[in-house]
Amino acid sequence: MLKTFKIGGIHPDENKLSAASPIQVLPVPAEVKIPLAQHIGAPAQPCVEAGAKVKVGSLIAKAGGFVSANVHSSVSGTVKKIEDFVDANGLRKMAIVITVEGDEWEESIDRSTDIVRDIKLEPKEIIAKVAEMGLVGMGGATFPTHVKLAVPDGQKCEALVINGVECEPYLTSDHRAMLERPEEILMGVKILMKALQIDKAYIGIENNKPDAIAKLTELAKNYPGVTIQPLKLKYPQGGEKQLIDACMDRQVPSGKLPINVGAVVQNVGTALAVYEAVQKNKPLIERVVCVTGKPLAKPSNFLVRIGTPVSACIEAAGGMPEDCGKVIGGGPMMGRAMIHTDVPVIKGTSGILLMNKKESKRPEMANCIRCAKCVNVCPMGLEPYLLSKLASKELWDEAQVHNVMDCIECGSCNFTCPSNRPLLDYIRLGKGKVGAILRAKAAEAKAAAEKK
Amino acid sequence: MDKLTVAPSPHVHGHDSVKRNMYGVLIALAPALAASLWFFGLGALTVILTSVLSCVLFEFLIQKFLFKTKPTITDGSAAVTGLILAFNLPSNLPLWIVVIGALFAIGVCKMTFGGLGQNIVNPAIAGRVFLLVSFPAQMTTWPAPAGVDAYTGATPLGLLKEGLHTGKSVAEIADLPSSTDMLMGSIGGSLGEVSAIALLIGLVVMLAMRIITWHIPVSVLGTMAIFAAIAWGIDPATNADPLFHLLTGGAMLGAIFMATDYVTSPMTKSGMLIYGFGIGLLTMLIRCYGAYPEGMSFAILIMNIVTPLINKYTHPKRFGVK
Amino acid sequence: MNSVLITIAVLAVLGCSLAVILYFVSQKFKVYEDPKIAEVEAELPGANCGGCGFPGCHGLAEALAKADDLSNMGCPVGGAPVMAKIAAILGKEAGSADPMVAVARCGASCNTRIKVAEYDGAKSCAIAASHFSSETACAFSCLGHGDCVNACQFDAITIDPDKGVVVDDAKCVACGGCVKACPKNIIELRPKGRLVQGINRRVWVNCVNKDRGPVAMKACKNACIACGKCAKVCKFNAIVIENNVAYIDHAKCKACGLCLNECPTHAIQATFPAPPKPKPAPAPAEAPQAKAE
Repeated sequence: MLKTFKIGGIHPDENKLSAASPIQVLPVPAEVKIPLAQHIGAPAQPCVEAGAKVKVGSLIAKAGGFVSANVHSSVSGTVKKIEDFVDANGLRKMAIVITVEGDEWEESIDRSTDIVRDIKLEPKEIIAKVAEMGLVGMGGATFPTHVKLAVPDGQKCEALVINGVECEPYLTSDHRAMLERPEEILMGVKILMKALQIDKAYIGIENNKPDAIAKLTELAKNYPGVTIQPLKLKYPQGGEKQLIDACMDRQVPSGKLPINVGAVVQNVGTALAVYEAVQKNKPLIERVVCVTGKPLAKPSNFLVRIGTPVSACIEAAGGMPEDCGKVIGGGPMMGRAMIHTDVPVIKGTSGILLMNKKESKRPEMANCIRCAKCVNVCPMGLEPYLLSKLASKELWDEAQVHNVMDCIECGSCNFTCPSNRPLLDYIRLGKGKVGAILRAKAAEAKAAAEKK
Repeated sequence: MDKLTVAPSPHVHGHDSVKRNMYGVLIALAPALAASLWFFGLGALTVILTSVLSCVLFEFLIQKFLFKTKPTITDGSAAVTGLILAFNLPSNLPLWIVVIGALFAIGVCKMTFGGLGQNIVNPAIAGRVFLLVSFPAQMTTWPAPAGVDAYTGATPLGLLKEGLHTGKSVAEIADLPSSTDMLMGSIGGSLGEVSAIALLIGLVVMLAMRIITWHIPVSVLGTMAIFAAIAWGIDPATNADPLFHLLTGGAMLGAIFMATDYVTSPMTKSGMLIYGFGIGLLTMLIRCYGAYPEGMSFAILIMNIVTPLINKYTHPKRFGVK
Repeated sequence: MNSVLITIAVLAVLGCSLAVILYFVSQKFKVYEDPKIAEVEAELPGANCGGCGFPGCHGLAEALAKADDLSNMGCPVGGAPVMAKIAAILGKEAGSADPMVAVARCGASCNTRIKVAEYDGAKSCAIAASHFSSETACAFSCLGHGDCVNACQFDAITIDPDKGVVVDDAKCVACGGCVKACPKNIIELRPKGRLVQGINRRVWVNCVNKDRGPVAMKACKNACIACGKCAKVCKFNAIVIENNVAYIDHAKCKACGLCLNECPTHAIQATFPAPPKPKPAPAPAEAPQAKAE
């Protein structure tokens, strides 16, 4: 009996169209647009001006606070301008636009493919290095990695959990990375273990990727403390809390962080980036992007420089098909639909998914028949039908009582609803409002405490 | 390329639908339907057709002309109500009474509250109970199933109650059918309730199609069996054995098809168990100590009304909470 | 016979003793309330809309009874007549506030907006706005899912496929529910304006697009491009341009309508036809709600 998380879950069609396609290097475009806010937290502050010459790996924007990340140039050339652009959600965001000239890398970056096995840096230095290289969570959440690695005082980390689950349908970028660069990923895991000063790590992989499980299990023999944990196929296993439950049989309490049960979770893509940053001195300037979807001619996995337009990725995968109704940044369960494709690939772009016109439209909605299927599939043990109703009636206090803040927005309730009700749409609205109310209350309490 | 569609995630759907669930229930009811036609013949067919058609027609008319919305009769929910209502009626019931039952079920119990998903009690059961209290004579005159000449005009539970009333012990009541007859369905009773085996096949179909979970049928039948076993253990002379109770009087039909109605049953697993326990207990109380020989419909009706309360006080097991 | 007597006796004793208990309990837990509060509340419309800023009509009645000065408080629904009655009850001076009305400041409507994308989520502006800017090229525009219509308790707002959000002057009580509901902050409460020949004269800029002129112009043909022509022509300095969008200060505006002819994109709207000078402009508006396009 394979391990998995204990509550709820669904089984969407896998549709891993690009699983057999090796990672190809996408050519450097003529111009890149590198946004300043590619991570959760404060946007980075630009430290170059228009007209400045930059190389691949040059620092172009510094972290704007502790929860923020450095941004590096992914190409060599001239900074054309620093201006706003319309992002995938239609909002104006600041970006540094660089005109590409040649492909000249910073000298400090080791571009050889040799595996550097000797970890010279001390734990503190590793974390500093990770921060310097602008690493963020590569799974899509884009939380700055150095913040996650800094274990707060009074907490103890016992195990590192590496997310190789890739439970989102369609996406295959982590799968390909595990197949093609397993040694580097395992070295990254070793570095992360050293940074956290622990000797135990789990790499959770779902059993729909037997080749990756076999390969990593074989190689992991040389890495003491690293356990490859095959997991039963079930969505949302890639959720942080679900993955810890599956691998370690520990449940993160409501409102707490994984560190409360002694776990730190990182994506396999992040482990790979950590290896490159620490051993090769390479900042986060490129990432594996899975470009996939049923209407696409050649679903592929690409190694893409940050700032490359999404349209260029689609072009390389066979071009924008006629029958395309939706372009999603990320997977079909949690990704965000884009308004247009003239937006850059950023650090958190794990996939670009195209859907045909028929798939793009939601099925027609019917009355709630109170079948309780949403309650059965909710991985957090919530009552989605109730939360959604409370949110639509703007009963925020009630929604808070029913733990709306626990929702991880996995979309299982929407997926399973026979009446196609937009449950998550309303729950997310409720989560936003309740969160704002809670923050306002906390700020008020803080102000009152300071007054005294 | 045209305009792109934007929508909040998730962007895929599991292809489950109201139709799939409702037609699934109809498929699950098919064995019982076949059994009723086998045992009651043409009478069963006319009652079923009248009930289903009038339910669908009333829903259509109300949605079209009273609500002025697009009729949703194709989702199959009215047909399910009609079929289950018919299963609760004797096969020789005058058809105009069937139509009144359908009107009460759809018009009063379902559409008054806003249609599918909004009703507080199961329309089919409410329709049946309405007919039972309005037309008691017609509703309790049962024809004998085809090929059986031993008894007419009473269900096994009716015979039991009648017999006990006249002071006989269970063993002395001569006409009680054998367990095999009750399992197969060659006993007197409503259209759909007679063949326990056909209903059990329906349960398996619904479980396999993931339309329902095991919680409600198992808790209803389990509670009934335990109650009956205790009563039987204390005094076998005045109480029938557990198997007799499980196989008669619509216990199977109620536990499998009527108590599990999505709309009027609780949303949480613990709630479903409480609800099932309540139905089982009330049914047995009515059967053993009440005036009516049969209590399933009343028990379900009462627990339907308790369902919002159960929903309020039961919650699923939350992640990360011991 | 006997049992009937017993029944009557038992019920009588039970009833009397319960009455006594109830009397003492109500004495013990009595809460004194100013009787004027009830009187004031009786005058209020009882809609509990919250437009006054207090939790329902009872909340306002309490506040009014306590307050020394009524000028900053008032029921937006009942308006001046109700406040005058309440002032009489309380023996205080009623404040005199201009009657207000909700004004939706966006020229986009379901049929005229230029769509760049199609939204397919739950039909709610709040949800749509939390996911992306807008279906149109303008990131500030009305989303058209009708959160304001749902928020309005007085049936004063409708969404017209051609005109966009339409507020019925006669029904709007300026409770502010729609202002709070609109995630794009398009709706504003403005004074109804002087009544001339049956028309409340008021002028407003029908756009909140804060993009630079060229960008705004590309996004919508009725966008304010912040050209400043209206500000120049205004004799009362009522128009200010801030964040790339013009705004008419209703305190200064005399509703002369000179700016209407000036605006190159017809972003300025009024409840009355534009004045004929300097050039005879077509005057299509005949009803208070008609746009001056």
